[in-house]
Amino acid sequence: MKPDFFRRCFCPIAMLILLLPSFTLGQDVLAGDVFSETLTKLNATSMQERSAAIDQLAAVKEPRAIVVLQALLDGHLLKLKDDGKLVIGIENSSGYKLSDAKTGQDLGVADHEAVQKITVNNSLRISLRKTIGHLELSANDAKVRLGAVYAIAKSIDDEGITLLRDRLAIEQDATVQDEIKLVLGLEALNSADKTARLGAIDLLKNHANQAVVNRLNALVEKDADGHYLEADADVRNQAKVALSKINSRLQWYAAVETLFFGLSLGAVLVLAAIGLAITFGVMGVINMAHGELMMLGAYTTYVMQQLMPDYLGWSLILSIPAAFVISASVGIAIERGIIRFLYGRPLETLLATFGVSLFLQQTVRSIFSPLNRSVASPEWMSGTWQINDFLSLTWNRFYILVFCVLVFALLLQILKRTRLGLEVRAVAQNRNMAKAMGIPTARVDALTFGLGSGIAGVAGVALSQITNVGPNLGQAYIVDSFMVVVFGGVGNLWGTLLAGFALGIANKLLEPVAGAVLAKILVLVFIILFIQKRPRGLFPQKGRAAEG
Amino acid sequence: MKKFSQKLRTLAAAMTFAALTMSASNAQAEDTIKVGVLHSLSGTMAISETTLKDTMLMLIDEQNKKGGLLGKKLEAVVVDPASNWPLFAEKARELLTKDKVAAIFGCWTSVSRKSVLPVIEELNGVLFYPVQYEGEESSKNVFYTGAAPNQQAIPAVDYLMNDLKIKRWVLAGTDYVYPRTTNKILEAYLKAKGVAKKDIMINYTPFGHSDWQSIVADIKKFGSAGKKTAVVSTINGDANVPFYKELGNQGVSAENIPVIAFSVGEEELSGIDTKPLVGHLAAWNYFMSVDTTKNAAFIKQWHDFIKNPKRVTNDPMEAHYIGFNMWVKAVEKAKSTDPDAVQKAIIGVESPNLTGGMSKMLPNHHISKPVLIGEIQDDGQFVTVWQTNKLVDGDAWSDFLPESKPILADWTAPISCGNYNTKTKKCSGQNYK
Repeated sequence: MKPDFFRRCFCPIAMLILLLPSFTLGQDVLAGDVFSETLTKLNATSMQERSAAIDQLAAVKEPRAIVVLQALLDGHLLKLKDDGKLVIGIENSSGYKLSDAKTGQDLGVADHEAVQKITVNNSLRISLRKTIGHLELSANDAKVRLGAVYAIAKSIDDEGITLLRDRLAIEQDATVQDEIKLVLGLEALNSADKTARLGAIDLLKNHANQAVVNRLNALVEKDADGHYLEADADVRNQAKVALSKINSRLQWYAAVETLFFGLSLGAVLVLAAIGLAITFGVMGVINMAHGELMMLGAYTTYVMQQLMPDYLGWSLILSIPAAFVISASVGIAIERGIIRFLYGRPLETLLATFGVSLFLQQTVRSIFSPLNRSVASPEWMSGTWQINDFLSLTWNRFYILVFCVLVFALLLQILKRTRLGLEVRAVAQNRNMAKAMGIPTARVDALTFGLGSGIAGVAGVALSQITNVGPNLGQAYIVDSFMVVVFGGVGNLWGTLLAGFALGIANKLLEPVAGAVLAKILVLVFIILFIQKRPRGLFPQKGRAAEG
Repeated sequence: MKKFSQKLRTLAAAMTFAALTMSASNAQAEDTIKVGVLHSLSGTMAISETTLKDTMLMLIDEQNKKGGLLGKKLEAVVVDPASNWPLFAEKARELLTKDKVAAIFGCWTSVSRKSVLPVIEELNGVLFYPVQYEGEESSKNVFYTGAAPNQQAIPAVDYLMNDLKIKRWVLAGTDYVYPRTTNKILEAYLKAKGVAKKDIMINYTPFGHSDWQSIVADIKKFGSAGKKTAVVSTINGDANVPFYKELGNQGVSAENIPVIAFSVGEEELSGIDTKPLVGHLAAWNYFMSVDTTKNAAFIKQWHDFIKNPKRVTNDPMEAHYIGFNMWVKAVEKAKSTDPDAVQKAIIGVESPNLTGGMSKMLPNHHISKPVLIGEIQDDGQFVTVWQTNKLVDGDAWSDFLPESKPILADWTAPISCGNYNTKTKKCSGQNYK
């Protein structure tokens, strides 16, 4: 009996054991096949089919899927035009660096005409982010997991909630844990169970951010008939308590945010005005072409980016000295060619420099076309610096603020510590006396004007990061620049700095109350009234030179 | 000073003379039909309008290759109103009285059209206006080939409401007549659809506004209330780039708060870094990416004419294409370029548009067009995500504003009026009965 049993039983088992490797192998091949098959479906013309293919790809247990989906989301998934093969391509100056979508094998470089992008629309993007989020929730890197939680939270559904719950049970990283709790808490506010809602409020009051505040606010609101949207009084009261706790913090951070907005607007004003503070303030030349010198700086940034397209960050940094040199030389040319014949005749200077500004605009139009030029921002200039739940500062504004302070400090040092600075101040105070002391006033004039113009060029580099680079760039800033200089007190750099920041903050304080249009008008009216009272601005120059 | 102005005058006279002899040397004056092109070639609007001038030259050139019109060659008379609104009126007068043009194709901003309007009505000219606008107007002398609000704004809001399930609305615009009127219509429309007042946020900014920090922060706060939010943008021109940049920097993406724009087209996108715009929407009646043989031929013709394969086509160009072909057909039908005859003949004329349909000139001087909604791609092109299944008739007077609801524009007998009140049976404004 026994041997027989063995003979009968062992064979199938042995066979099974023998078969097992090949069987798993077979399944592996199968998964690979399914993967490549669904992959080709991404190629479909209709967005619905593509959407279905994404869901199928997510279901295939294949680590490459996540790479392909991410590439699709980033716009890196391409199709070769001749054989329709799907590839991942990273764009560089010579074309696309390709790798096979299925295997990741390197396929060399192809030019722009050989490939076609697989396009996605918003609904696809949403489902892609969600799918990737689901897949990445179990990634090893805590940062990736955190990103996955954000992605899931954006389009939360039952599946997402289950995934997050499961993850929370095994999650080790505290930040990821907190974020999952926050998302689940927000979801729990919708739950039918009263204790769950109360628990959620209790949790949320420590995780306060704008979304939480809005959701809690919704709990204590009444509908059109005067009934509370939240039927349960306990939940309402809890929400009110939580809100009052959050609101005080919220107001504090809102004030800090407004201050930053104001300072960064002020920084732009100061940058635009500071060159003018030298040419207009120190030399007394009304230079209407000041804005165009900024425009030249912005176009320099554009040209530098065209020259070195693969080094976005470096091209921006190198643009600063380049723009200074170009704008300064144009400035010196203007001074030597036109302005020096018109010293002491402000009206003629105004008209002549206005003519120069039109000339410069049209020149740029002829060379670069009347269309705006595209200046890209490097990675480190885009995005936000998330300080906490309430406060986030945009990097580009932050850098411009820092840059403005640096330029100001540098300019101050030049005027204070260098021989040129000494001569500039001497000429500004008393031209004839300076001349008598042997200072070459003509040369100093040219250099001073060049310095002011160069600073305008540097300001143009900064402006290229926040606004349009086009022939009209300068016109948008010239009025503001004069406003800042006059308000601050002609001839005083500190006045310009303070005036710029003050106007920026005033504008940002008024904007939410009065609207952007009225805020600007109110600021202008204020300056007019202020100048009536103190014609020499915030910090008037003192001494005999000022009176003369 | 006197000497200087005298010199200027002589200079101007010499220049006009040179221009006249130049145009006269092209062809004998009697043998040609003159077509006025009234687009700014300098100043702030040059950025958009120069392209339309080139489009007109291309269309006229093409028509001449086909043998001209009524056996005569067409001749373009190009003037430069320099983005200066009163100058538009002066130049229009010059075109009609001095050059005696048969039709004018021109204007971009509403204020320039309003400036030309009294001149063109006084001298009984014909103007084809190719840009989407706020409506509330219909002149005997103007043909509106751009979109009226019901051909752009209203379908866009419908799309957001029905397909994207938008519940909260930000209406952001530049502070002038087009956004103000459009937003008034949209607000009335949204309220009629049951959107509460607290779910609508309206915001106006000055021309060329570049500091969007607090406004975008407000939009972000407004949009985080747990209801799906969208921005309907009538922000014009240059202010768009800093706006989208700020949106991108503050982390507002098209997936959470989509922005639908009515003034951002291929031409505008070609000058900017499109990274922060990808996925945001625009509503137009034409996209360069539309896949029809007519459009492919038009793009090829444009590239050949402008000798630059990188130039893009856009919606107002298509409007000129339709408008010009309609005018040609009307002149052929009337066998004359006489304004009255053309104005009569053109109503009902059909001409193919570039998206595969037949646009028709309606009695209210607007045309029928399809409405397309596209998502911006990183190459500056649009992918059409939604379109009306048939052409939409342009409505001069919005039905969603109480004051313009009873108003009707119909330039055929017996009404023959651009501002006819169906309740009081009275025609106000321009009336040439």
